[in-house]
Amino acid sequence: MITVEKLTKVYGNGDSAVTVLDNLDFSVQQAEIFAVVGPSGAGKSTLAQCVNLLERPTSGSVIVNGENLSQLTEAQLRAARRRIGTVFQSDGLFSRRTAAENISLPLDYLGVTRADAKKRVGELLERVGLSSHAKHYPHQLSGGQRQRVGIARALALKPTVLLADEATSGLDPASTASITALLKELRTDLGLSILFITHEMETVLQVADSVARLDNGHIVESGRVVDLLRDASSPLGRDLNPAKPALPAAPDETTWFVSYTSAHVPSDWVTRLGEALSSPVSLLGASIETIEGAVVGHAQVGLRAANAEAVIRQAQKLGLDARPAAAHDLASTTVAAPAGQKEPVA
Amino acid sequence: MSALHANVNDIPLAGIPALVLPALGETLIMVGIVMAIVVLVGVPLGAIIHNLARDGLFPNPALHSTLSWIVSVGRSLPFLILMVAIIPFTRLITGTNIGIAAAVVPMSVAGIAFFTRIVENSLRSVPPSLVKVAKASGGSSFQIICTAQLGEAIPSLIGGLTINTIAMIEYSAIAGTIGAGGIGYVAVTYGYQRFDNQVMLATIIILVALVAAVQVIGDALVRLTTPHSAARVSRRSVRRPVLVP
Repeated sequence: MITVEKLTKVYGNGDSAVTVLDNLDFSVQQAEIFAVVGPSGAGKSTLAQCVNLLERPTSGSVIVNGENLSQLTEAQLRAARRRIGTVFQSDGLFSRRTAAENISLPLDYLGVTRADAKKRVGELLERVGLSSHAKHYPHQLSGGQRQRVGIARALALKPTVLLADEATSGLDPASTASITALLKELRTDLGLSILFITHEMETVLQVADSVARLDNGHIVESGRVVDLLRDASSPLGRDLNPAKPALPAAPDETTWFVSYTSAHVPSDWVTRLGEALSSPVSLLGASIETIEGAVVGHAQVGLRAANAEAVIRQAQKLGLDARPAAAHDLASTTVAAPAGQKEPVA
Repeated sequence: MSALHANVNDIPLAGIPALVLPALGETLIMVGIVMAIVVLVGVPLGAIIHNLARDGLFPNPALHSTLSWIVSVGRSLPFLILMVAIIPFTRLITGTNIGIAAAVVPMSVAGIAFFTRIVENSLRSVPPSLVKVAKASGGSSFQIICTAQLGEAIPSLIGGLTINTIAMIEYSAIAGTIGAGGIGYVAVTYGYQRFDNQVMLATIIILVALVAAVQVIGDALVRLTTPHSAARVSRRSVRRPVLVP
């Protein structure tokens, strides 16, 4: 488990001081994947370096399994770093070492005997599904395979905490999916606390249990991913699952924006809503995900002129939040907007 | 043209190997000893200066600029001048200022300054992210220098070592002028002072062959130590028999 308390990092001093991280507070539970997402320059890489102790925080603390890491001497730091596995962006492999030799690096530094190291490397290669690639050099591996080697190396010393710093950035969607699946598997099997730092919203949705948005050194919003997605008023929730382009409603219909706010939305809600309102429901567009076994997401539907209050009430009964689509929703969703374009924050 | 005519004092053709081959042996010994010293001192010195820099493992701007300045002085003096200038130092260490031992001292000084810069330059070309990886993996500064810096820079270091060795062969010829022995000494005394063109030509051929051999070996070692090109070499050698009918 990682706890970050009042973490502040200031570069420079006096008038030229720049506060990169300002009083961050969050914690990552055991067997939880906690994503920190934010644009470039938000302080993500500084946060990563403070957590794996490559940078000392100006104030505040990083506590791993009850041990405060921010007050250690240089020698203690080196030992403490071994308890945190770090997965770097894909360029982090030694080009002159094979996959097995790269994984063995932390074991070599620790002075593990050759036989023990070999055994552990074998286990790790199997764990990440690369047993047949042990003797391959990084340039002979695909981006996804290189990142698997990076994950295996981070796990070499059996850490309880894993820090993934832009671990899927620069990978193609299929490789990203396989890496996030591997991280989730490791989280469950080994009970790892994983801090996943990224700028990619889509990856957060794939991998994270909880998420915090870092902007200008502050955490502006955070929570469990499902909760944020079910909260129709959450900007972060809407960015995690942005509305995709939808069809315009027929002339006699109005467009409604419907979001899942409960885990118990019946899967035939379109029919049920139509029956309850005695009016057909046209499905114009939808973006639905299954997270933790429950469906979350939103849809745009077209409804014949009906009592707005009745629509909202009937939707609520089904576990849905319905709002007449606002002008800006229509602008960003019905016009041929580029896929993935973020909605303006309300 | 008259200079090209055979001189009465010229060494007969058959006598040239007996004169030149021992000199080649002396050159190889001289350059060998110098390169051993250069690597033993230059690698650690280059690594230390690299890591004393602002973004190094143990930054220390004052010490960094002092050492860097000393190396620059060693680099800036032409070898002939350096060699003469440090004669007192040479005599202090070897007790003499002629012969192989005396040549090794100024050659090592110049070679160390040269190679230190080459090491620094090679280390600078290693991605800094690897040092971060090594730190996060729990490496000590010494381990990080050996694995993430020198280990990754080996092909580049070998390339630099090749250039450095060739420069030392050249310096050994200059050292020949102060009676250091070796090919340079033969070239100066027979070729230059006695206008013996055959000896001159023989020394030139030997120097060209020596430098070419060093370059070929160096290039081969660079390829062998670079996984990317080593793989390409082995693939090519596998393909070749297929192409031949």
